Amino acid sequence: MGKQRAQGKTGDARETNGVSLPSNDLMAAIAATRFGLGARPGEIDAARDDPRGFLAAQIRPEGADQPQGGEDSAQRLAEVSDYQMQKRDAKAAQKDMGGDAKSAPVKDLQKDLRDQAGDDFLARARLGATTDAAFRERWALFWANHFTVSATSLAVGAVAGPFEREAIRPHVFGRFEDLLVASSTHPAMLLYLDQAQSVGPNSRAAQYQRKAGKTAGGLNENLAREILELHTVGVDAGYHQADVTEFARAMTGFSIGRPKDPSPHRFLFRDNAHEPGARTVMGRRYAQEGQAQALAVMRALAASPHTAYHLATKLAVHFVSDTPPPALVARLRKAYLDSDGRLDEVARALVAAPEAWDPVAAKFKTPYEFAISTWRSVDAQPSGIDKLAPVLTGLGQKPFSAPSPKGWADEAQVWCAPDALIKRLRFSEGFAAVVADRLDPSLLAQTALGARLTPPVAKAVARAETRREAMALLLMSPEFQRR
Amino acid sequence: MTAPLSRRSLLLQVAGLGVSVSFLGGSAFAADGAMARRKLVVVICRGGMDGLTVSPPVGDPDYAALRGAVAVAPDQALKLDGTFGLHPALQSVHALALKGQARIAPAIASPDRARSHFEAQDVLETGAAQVYGVSTGWLNRTLEVMGPSRVEGLSVGATAPLILRGKVQAASWSPGKGVDETARLPTLLQDLYKADPLMGPAFARGLETEAMAQAAMTALNPAPVPVSTDTTAMNGSGMAPQVAASPPMAQDARAIAGQRQGREAARKLGATLAGFMVQDGGPRIAAISLDGWDTHAGQVGQLNTRLSYLDAVLDGLNTGLGDEWRNTVVVAATEFGRTARVNGTGGTDHGTGSTALVLGGRLKAGGIIGDWPSLKQEALFENRDVRPTLDMRGLFKGVLADHLGVDRAALDATVFPDSADAKPVTDLV
Repeated sequence: MGKQRAQGKTGDARETNGVSLPSNDLMAAIAATRFGLGARPGEIDAARDDPRGFLAAQIRPEGADQPQGGEDSAQRLAEVSDYQMQKRDAKAAQKDMGGDAKSAPVKDLQKDLRDQAGDDFLARARLGATTDAAFRERWALFWANHFTVSATSLAVGAVAGPFEREAIRPHVFGRFEDLLVASSTHPAMLLYLDQAQSVGPNSRAAQYQRKAGKTAGGLNENLAREILELHTVGVDAGYHQADVTEFARAMTGFSIGRPKDPSPHRFLFRDNAHEPGARTVMGRRYAQEGQAQALAVMRALAASPHTAYHLATKLAVHFVSDTPPPALVARLRKAYLDSDGRLDEVARALVAAPEAWDPVAAKFKTPYEFAISTWRSVDAQPSGIDKLAPVLTGLGQKPFSAPSPKGWADEAQVWCAPDALIKRLRFSEGFAAVVADRLDPSLLAQTALGARLTPPVAKAVARAETRREAMALLLMSPEFQRR
Repeated sequence: MTAPLSRRSLLLQVAGLGVSVSFLGGSAFAADGAMARRKLVVVICRGGMDGLTVSPPVGDPDYAALRGAVAVAPDQALKLDGTFGLHPALQSVHALALKGQARIAPAIASPDRARSHFEAQDVLETGAAQVYGVSTGWLNRTLEVMGPSRVEGLSVGATAPLILRGKVQAASWSPGKGVDETARLPTLLQDLYKADPLMGPAFARGLETEAMAQAAMTALNPAPVPVSTDTTAMNGSGMAPQVAASPPMAQDARAIAGQRQGREAARKLGATLAGFMVQDGGPRIAAISLDGWDTHAGQVGQLNTRLSYLDAVLDGLNTGLGDEWRNTVVVAATEFGRTARVNGTGGTDHGTGSTALVLGGRLKAGGIIGDWPSLKQEALFENRDVRPTLDMRGLFKGVLADHLGVDRAALDATVFPDSADAKPVTDLV
C-alpha cells in the first residue's frame, strides 16, 4: 500500500524498504514533536529542509547538554552527612536538656538539601524548555529514566540531580557499557538500590564482625537483580535466582567512601567486603578478583544480544509506539550489535528508520513532556519549581520520584486516564490564563504543530470565544497531547 | 465553599501516601436480587509485602532464628492461634479476626516464580498463568463475564492500574478542582476527541467521575478539615502564583512527620471508598493500591508504618460501610513474599509465599486459609522462601464464585485463563 503511494511521486526518494515517508512539512513537525520536546516557535521551520538531518546533527560524542548549576554528588553527600551528624547531636542534646530534637540549624540543613533538589529539577526543566537540540535532551531523559534513581530518602533525593549530570548525560552517545558502569558505580544508584551496604558473607569484613561477636553484614541482591532485569538483558533472558545471587556476590565491595576514607562520598571499592572466589553468572565463569569481577560481568551483559533486544524494544516504545513495528526494533537491535553497543549509532538508526516517521501520532505525552511542551510552545520556561512541581505531582509524575526502579511508565494507557485528562485541562486553562492574552492562537497552533495541525482543531481554535479558550483548546487537542 | 474545600484537603493528604483507589461496579449486579448488594474490594500491596511480618508465625520453632532482628516478638504479636499472630500495627484487623470477620492465608502466591516485581504484579493483576499471557485485568474481565455492565470508576492518583484495564472502561480520580461538564471547553473538547479511541472515552469518564466524587464526599460528610494551601497539588488555575507550593521532596517529609495524620488520612480514604460503595448504583467492585512494601533494608520501621496505613484503610472501609459490611468481602494481597531469612541490611529480599488477608462481614469463621508448610529448612521453597501451598487465583476464584456468583466455567477460562488446576477455595462465605 505504501509502495503504491510512493510510486505516485516520481523521482522522490521517499521510500525505504517498502515504507513510504511523509512530506517534508509533516516530517519537520514530527521531528520537533515526536523526537523532540514539542516545537518552539521557528523550530519546525528550521527542520523543514532536512528533518532527519536536523535530528542527526544533534547527536554528538560529548553527550547531552548539562543543566545549569548544582553541586556535585560528593558535595551533596557531605552535606547529607553533616545533616545526619547534627541531627544526632541535637537528639543527644534533647535527651540531656529536653529541647527540640530538630533545632533550627538542623531544619535549615534539611531544607537546603530539599531546595537544592528542587533547583536541580528546575534547571533540567528549563534546559528542556529552551534547548534547540530537543532530540538530544529527550535521548538523555530516556536514559535517565532507564537508570532510574528515585528520591526514596533525603540522601538519594540530594544526589538524583547530580547522578543525571555525572553518570548519565556524559555517556548517552557513547558505549552502553560505559553508561552501565557509570550508573552502577555512582553513589546515587548504590544508595537507591542498597548496594552500598551489601557485604560478602565470607568476606574479611564479615569474618571480623563475627569474631568481634557482632552481627555480620550480609548480601543485598537488589541492584544486581535490577541490573539484570531492568538495565541489561531483561526478565526474559533466561537467568535464574542463582544468577542474581552470584552477580550480587560479585558486586559486593561496590560502596561509597566514608568521611575518613581516601575518596569521601565517592565510589569506593571495599576489597574487604568483597566475597572471595570465582562466580558464575548466566553460564559464564568469572575468576577475576576485586572489582574487576563485577565489571567483567557488566561488560558481558552489555554485549549480550538480549540486552540489544531489550534496549531496542524500549527505545522503539519510547519514541514511536507502545506496540512498535518489529522492523524498527530489528533495525535498532542490529545497530547496537554491529557497533559494539554504541548509542550514537543506535540514535542514528532511529532517526534513519522509516518506521519511526509514521504519520499517526501513537504516543501520548507523559506529564513532564506535556508540561515542557506547553512552555516551549510559547517560547517560555518555568520561572520556579513552585510552578512546576505541584503540576507534575498532580498529574502523577512527581519530580525525581518514579514509583519503582523500573522508572516512569511509557504507555498511553497509563497516562491517558480519565482523571489525568481533567487535570491536564485544569492546567491548560491556568496556563492559558497567564499567557494567552498576548498571543495569536491561530499562529501559535501553526508554530506548535505545523503540518500535524488538523482542520477540526484549527477551526476550533479560530472560532474560540476568547484567546484563553483558544489556547486551552490547542493545548488539550489530540495533536498536542499526542506526539 | 466549605464542602468542596474539605474534600480537597482530605484527599490531598491521602494522595501523599502513595495510595491509589480504583472502582469498578456495574448495574449487572443490580439485576439479580440477593447478589445486588454484594461487594468486593481488592487491596494490592505493591512491592512484595512480607507475610512473615504481617502474620508472624511466632509459634513456629524456626521463626525467631531465621528472622533475627526483623522477627516480631511473641509477646508483641496479636494472637490468632497457637502458631500465628498479627503484627501489632494491625489492631483493627485483629479486632475483626476475633469476631470471625478476618482470616489469613499465610502461604499464598501467584503462579509466577521469577521474583520480579513487575512480572509478578502483572501476573497478579492480569490473572494469567504466566507473564505476558494477557493484557487486561481480571477484575475488568469479571465484570465482562457478569454481563453487559456500566462501570463507575475512580482512582486517587492519576494513573490506571492494570487490574482494572480492559474492555470495560474504568475511571480514575484524584484531588483537584472539579470541572463543570456543561461548560463550553469540555463540550468543545469532547467534540475534538470523537475520533480518538483513547482520549474520547477517558475524558467522558473523567467528567462523569467528577460528579460522582461530589456525591461520595457528600455521603461521607466529613467534619470540615482545615485547608492548608501549601500542600495543594493542583490548584484552580494550575499555576496560581499566590500558592506557596513546596519543593518536590517537602511533601514526603510532611507525610513522615505526620504519621498519625497519615493514619487518619488512610482511615478517611477507606471511609471515602465506602462512601462511593454505599451509594445506590455505586461501584460494587473496587481496587486499592498501597505502595512501599519493598523492604530490602531497615524493614522493621517501614513495615510498622505501612501496616499501620493498611490497618487504617481497612478500618475506614469497615466503619464507612456500616450495615453494608455484611455484604462485603475484602482481600489484601501482594505480588510475592520475601525471603524467610533476614538479609545483611536489616531487611529481606524478594521471595515467594506471603500472606493474604481476607476480611468481611460475610466471612465464615475458621482458621488459616490453606496449609502452613512450616519454616523448617527442608520445607522452604528453594531453601529461601515460604513455600506456597495455595494459588492466589484459587482464593480469588473462591470469592468470585461463592460471594459474587460468578460461573465456574467463566472463572476457569476467562477471568483466570487456563486456571482449571487452581481450584476455588470453598467455604469462605
